[in-house]
Amino acid sequence: MTVIALKPYEFPLKDAVEKFPAPLVYVGWEDHLMFPAPFCLPLPPDMPFGALAAQVLPGIYGYHPDFAKIDWSHVQWFKSGKPWTPDPSRSLAENGIGHKDLIRFRTPGLEGIAGSCS
Amino acid sequence: MDTPVLKKKLGLKERYAAMTRGLGWDTTYQPMEKVFPYDRYEGIKIHDWDQWVDPFRLTMDAYWKYQGEKEKKLYAVIDAFTQNNAFLGVTDARYVNVLKLFIQGVTPLEYYAHRGFAHVGRHFTGEGARVACQMQSIDELRHYQTETHAISTYNKFFNGMHHTNHWFDRVWYLSVPKSFFEDASTAGPFEFLTAVSFSFEYVLTNLLFVPFMSGAAYNGDMSTVTFGFSAQSDESRHMTLGIECIKFMLEQDPGNVPIVQKWIDKWFWRGYRLLTLVAMMMDYMQPKRVMSWKQAWEMYAEQNGGALFKDLARYGIREPKGWKDACEGKDHISHQAWATFYGFGAAAPFHTWIPREDEMTWLAAHYPDTFDRCYRPRLEYWREQADAGNRFYIKTLPMLCQTCQIPMLFTEPGDATKICARESDYLGNKFHFCSDHCKEIFDDEPQKYVQAWLPVHQIYQGNCFKPGVDPSSEGFDPLAAVLDYYEVSHGRDNLDFEGSEDQRHFAEWRGETSGN
Repeated sequence: MTVIALKPYEFPLKDAVEKFPAPLVYVGWEDHLMFPAPFCLPLPPDMPFGALAAQVLPGIYGYHPDFAKIDWSHVQWFKSGKPWTPDPSRSLAENGIGHKDLIRFRTPGLEGIAGSCS
Repeated sequence: MDTPVLKKKLGLKERYAAMTRGLGWDTTYQPMEKVFPYDRYEGIKIHDWDQWVDPFRLTMDAYWKYQGEKEKKLYAVIDAFTQNNAFLGVTDARYVNVLKLFIQGVTPLEYYAHRGFAHVGRHFTGEGARVACQMQSIDELRHYQTETHAISTYNKFFNGMHHTNHWFDRVWYLSVPKSFFEDASTAGPFEFLTAVSFSFEYVLTNLLFVPFMSGAAYNGDMSTVTFGFSAQSDESRHMTLGIECIKFMLEQDPGNVPIVQKWIDKWFWRGYRLLTLVAMMMDYMQPKRVMSWKQAWEMYAEQNGGALFKDLARYGIREPKGWKDACEGKDHISHQAWATFYGFGAAAPFHTWIPREDEMTWLAAHYPDTFDRCYRPRLEYWREQADAGNRFYIKTLPMLCQTCQIPMLFTEPGDATKICARESDYLGNKFHFCSDHCKEIFDDEPQKYVQAWLPVHQIYQGNCFKPGVDPSSEGFDPLAAVLDYYEVSHGRDNLDFEGSEDQRHFAEWRGETSGN
C-alpha cells in the first residue's frame, strides 16, 4: 500500500546505512528478560563474528549471573528468528549480517534467575 | 386580536442552527475544493453535512461562559493548594514521579491536540463539525495550561519537571507519545478524528485520564484532582465528538466502512501501545493504588469497549484486529514496562525503584498467574544487587519498534518468556516491530514510517549531542553527552528513588511539619 496524499509523497529513509558510523546490528539473549529488549549496536562489518561473544557481549550482559556460565560452543544462534550457524572466524559481513539485522542467541541449560527466564 | 409579540431570544435549537450552520458559506471567487483541499482526499464520502449533529448543542457564546466559571473554581483551589504547601500531604514522594510522567508525556499531547483540532476545524466543510473541533481545540489549549499550572507547585520542590517541553522533543521514551500524535496530525482530517476523538478519547480515555485523576485523589494530590474535575465536562464533550464522528462517517456512505475499519484497527493498537506507560504507572508508581491495570482493562476496555463494538456491528464494524492480543497483554505489560524503565533508570528524568515487599504481595494478588512466576524473580534479584551496592543500570541502547517506538520489550502472545519480534523489508532495508499489529501499520504506509525519528538511531547518527561534542574523542561518555543534550541533570533528575534528592527533601520537609 501507499500513503494517500494530495501531492507526490517521497521522503528519504531516515536510517539508511550511510548515516551511521557502522551498520547497526540488533542482538538479543533468549530466556534472559532481565535485559528487557534486544540491544542496538553499531558494529564494523569486518569485525570477526567471534569478537562479538568475546569482546562486545560481556560488557552488555556480564551483569547477569548466567553470563559467566555460558558454554559458547553450545550456543544456538538465530537470525531473523531462524536457526543459523555463524562462523566465528569470519567477519560479520562474511557471515551475512547486514544493516539492521536481528540476531538472537540461546544458551541451553541457562534459563535466567530461578528459571524464570529473567 | 392580540398583536404578535416578536421573540427576542432564539430557542436552543434555533440558536444552535444560527451559531453553527448559520456561520458557514460557500466560496465564490475561488472553488470550494481549492479552499478545502483536505476533506475529500482520504476517500471518505460525505453526502450531507447537515446530518452532523452535536448532541450537546453547545455554541461559542455559551462555551466561553461555562469555561470561565470552571477556571475560577480551579484557580481558587490551585492557589489554596500552593499557599498551604499542600504537596506535603501526598502519600509519599514516589507519587510525584506519576506527575513527572504526566507533565512530560501527557501534557504536551494536549498542545498537539489543540493544534490538530484547530487544523481539522479549518478544513472540514461541515459547519457542525467545524464548530465542535474549534471548541475542542480551545479546550485542549486550556488543558495544557491548567495542567501546567496545577503541577507547577511540585516543580518548585521536586526534580524531573523543569524542562518538559525540551524533553518532549528529545528524550527517548517521550518519542512514543510524540510520534503517536505526529502520526495522527499528519494524516487527513477524518483519520485524525478517528485516531484522537474516537480511538483515544472515546475508546481509551477512561484508561488514560481516569487512572491519573483517581490516582491523584487516592494519593492526596488535590491540585491534580481539581484539574481533573475541571476537565471532565470537556472530556465528555470530546468523547461525544468521537462517537458522533464515527457514526456520521459510517452512515454517510457504505464505501466509508472499510476505510474507517482500517483506521480503527490502526489507532486502537497505537493507543493501546501508548497506554503501556499508564499501565506501569498504575501498578508500580502510585504508592496507594486505585486498581490494577488488569482490573482497569477488564472494566473499561473489555466490558465497555466490548459493548461499543457490539453496537457498531450494525454498521459492519468489528472489534479492532489487535483486540485479543491487547486483552492477553493485561497480565504482562505493566511489569515489562517498569522493568525496562528500572534498567534504563540512568537515562530517564524520573525515579524508579523496586516495589516494597507489601507492594509485591499486592502485585502477586492482582496478577496471580504471572507476577510470581515471571516478574518477581528479576525484581528480587535486582533488590539483592542494589542492597549490595550493585544497582542494575543498562548502559547500552535498546532496539525500538519502528512504528510505536517503544523498546522491543513485549513478549509473544501466549509466551511470556520470548520477546516478540517481526520484520519487514522495504527498499532493501530491514524494519522491525514489536507485534503483528505494528508491522501491519508499517506495511500499509511504509513511506510514512521510514521517516520515523527513532531516538536510539538518532543518538548513533550523532544527532543527540550538543554542538561541538566530538564522539570520536578519547574517553567519550555517550550517556553523559546525551543527558547533557537532553538537559537532564545527572544524579538529580534520574537514577533510583532510593538516595535521591526528592526522597531526602520530602522527608526533611515532612519532619518540619511535626517537630523542630
